[in-house]
Amino acid sequence: MAYIVRVNMTEGTVKFEEVPAKYRTLGGRALTSRIVYDEVPATCHPLGPNNKVVFAPGIVTGTSAPSSGRISVGGKSPLTGGIKEANAGTPAAQSLAKMGVKAIIVEGRPREKGQFFLLRLNKDGGSLEPAGDLVGLGLYDFARRVKERYGDVDFAVTGPAGERFLSMAGVCFNDKDDRPSRYAGRGGLGAVMGAKGLKGIVIDSSGAPGVQVADPDLFKAGQRKLVEALREHGVTKPGGTLNAYGTAALINVLNEAGGLPTRNFSAGRFEGAGKIAGETIAEIISRRKGQGATGHACHPGCIIQCSNIWARPDGSEHVSCLEYESVWALGANCGIDDIDAVAELIWICNDTGLDTIEAGVTLGVAMEAGLIKFGDAQGAINLLKECAKGTPLGYIIGHGAAFTGRAFGVTRVPAVKGQGMPAYEPRAVKGIGITYMTSTMGADHTAGYTIAPEILSVGGKADPLSPVGKAEMSRDFQATTAFIDSSGYCLFTTFALLDIPTGMEGMVETVNGVLGTAWTTEDVVRVGKDILKQERSFNEAAGLGKAHDRPPEFMRYEPLPPHNSVYDVPDEELDKVFGEM
Amino acid sequence: MSTLKVDVRLYATLSKYSPAGGESRSFTMEVERGTTLAQLYEILRIPPGEIKQAFINGRRVEEDYVLQDKDEIGVFPPVAGG
Repeated sequence: MAYIVRVNMTEGTVKFEEVPAKYRTLGGRALTSRIVYDEVPATCHPLGPNNKVVFAPGIVTGTSAPSSGRISVGGKSPLTGGIKEANAGTPAAQSLAKMGVKAIIVEGRPREKGQFFLLRLNKDGGSLEPAGDLVGLGLYDFARRVKERYGDVDFAVTGPAGERFLSMAGVCFNDKDDRPSRYAGRGGLGAVMGAKGLKGIVIDSSGAPGVQVADPDLFKAGQRKLVEALREHGVTKPGGTLNAYGTAALINVLNEAGGLPTRNFSAGRFEGAGKIAGETIAEIISRRKGQGATGHACHPGCIIQCSNIWARPDGSEHVSCLEYESVWALGANCGIDDIDAVAELIWICNDTGLDTIEAGVTLGVAMEAGLIKFGDAQGAINLLKECAKGTPLGYIIGHGAAFTGRAFGVTRVPAVKGQGMPAYEPRAVKGIGITYMTSTMGADHTAGYTIAPEILSVGGKADPLSPVGKAEMSRDFQATTAFIDSSGYCLFTTFALLDIPTGMEGMVETVNGVLGTAWTTEDVVRVGKDILKQERSFNEAAGLGKAHDRPPEFMRYEPLPPHNSVYDVPDEELDKVFGEM
Repeated sequence: MSTLKVDVRLYATLSKYSPAGGESRSFTMEVERGTTLAQLYEILRIPPGEIKQAFINGRRVEEDYVLQDKDEIGVFPPVAGG
């Protein structure tokens, strides 16, 4: 039987509730967003007692469906002031699903200021226990301590950044080797955990009954189609580019297209791109031997396995993982081409509990402000360490790019709704810009990845520099993504699903197989739109409207080399995304 | 002048077709005027099935594109990420 775990941090209670009928066909993002919509007052303070933090594994998570170990975390975002869903791939997602946990809702906050608790869940129930001795630890130490104390368990945790309520604090989960490295990074949900006094969740899934599947035959048929598609597509197949080079294989392609944001979004090409590209990362990992690896999976049962483990020159493990967004944010966006320094910056983010994207965009803004110079790797390392120390400068940086820009009077701040932009330049890739501007999440590339047709020639082809037809494209991608983020599948499965129709069918069949629903592939966009409309409705009640669906002003007037184009998508086009939904 | 020079960069799994050999992905080569991108692939002996797309001077082009002097060409197998 599936159930909802309701944790009240004021009362110190952990209750198991029946799943209401209205939530029965929801999972992942659809469920976290629905619960936030139903239970969180839109105008509440994100760090106050009335916000909640909600965890929900996806619909097929915990089953044998391939690449489906995702968990969503939701709440009102301290970074954007709107609704937020961030998700991660982790065995913790699979464990919760197998235990029958449909969602965990954490509400209230401890009566005594500064108190922190650990939520422990196992087959017999759940309890809160004091976690004061774990507060202030870096997350690598936290992970070691949890393993010593509780043995073979999974965890969700907030780091020193979240304990200090910093808006760029992410929620960290373990990978399959117990590293604190899998992040629901965006939007500051780690700070919401911190504000609830919830240090972490420790999950012992031994004896778990597994996920109930309504129609096992349909599920199996769908699973086979999906596995075939993933094994066939050049991007997702074993030995394909994601598997061989990792996501940072994108560095070179965005650089060639003139859309790799460089030195705080002042250029679309980085002269040091080759030194931090996926090909180079894979080459160095192979050359150094030792503990480095490519083709690492973030959770068991992933076919794609796009992650990696970076080793120091002596072969000892440094950090997992060097992925495109992190390498870009802390590399090209800061003018840093030393890949070992980028690895160290990622390690600091993992240890402190920071979103690597927001951290890199913020460092770029700090460099723009003159705090340190572009390309100053040691300066960046020192500055990022301030977040864990809790110095006044650490507090400023720790609240992200928009806050840092305001503190230092910077006008070139690449953010929408207060959230720093990911690794695609809107002036060189117009459609992804529409997703950044109009997403319910603030600037977010995963919310509607039009990069696929615009840059990668996956799922069709579109001219990245042209704004024509991009509102419709972004809307369809945003809706499909909302569905995928609810299913529990990794968004990367869509590279195969967009090109191979039987794969898309298989995906929907596995979802129907688990739920007993009869959705068709046409329903994907419809169901996705419903999720988006609800999120939009929360945002409007929170005070976010059309005026917030706009690019940062500098992108309207500052031409971006090498194409020297500005962001010329008209406001009316941006308004069409939700206006015509 | 019947020839022109172009800069070529072969990325990811295509780097093994670089005439410079080994890990060098970037090289300059001379081709006859009028050479198309598809013909360049033939000269380099890259099996067509391994190529997904190419960017020339920052713009994605099709295989019938006729090469110009000093073109900067980046050729890719299927890649993705996010």
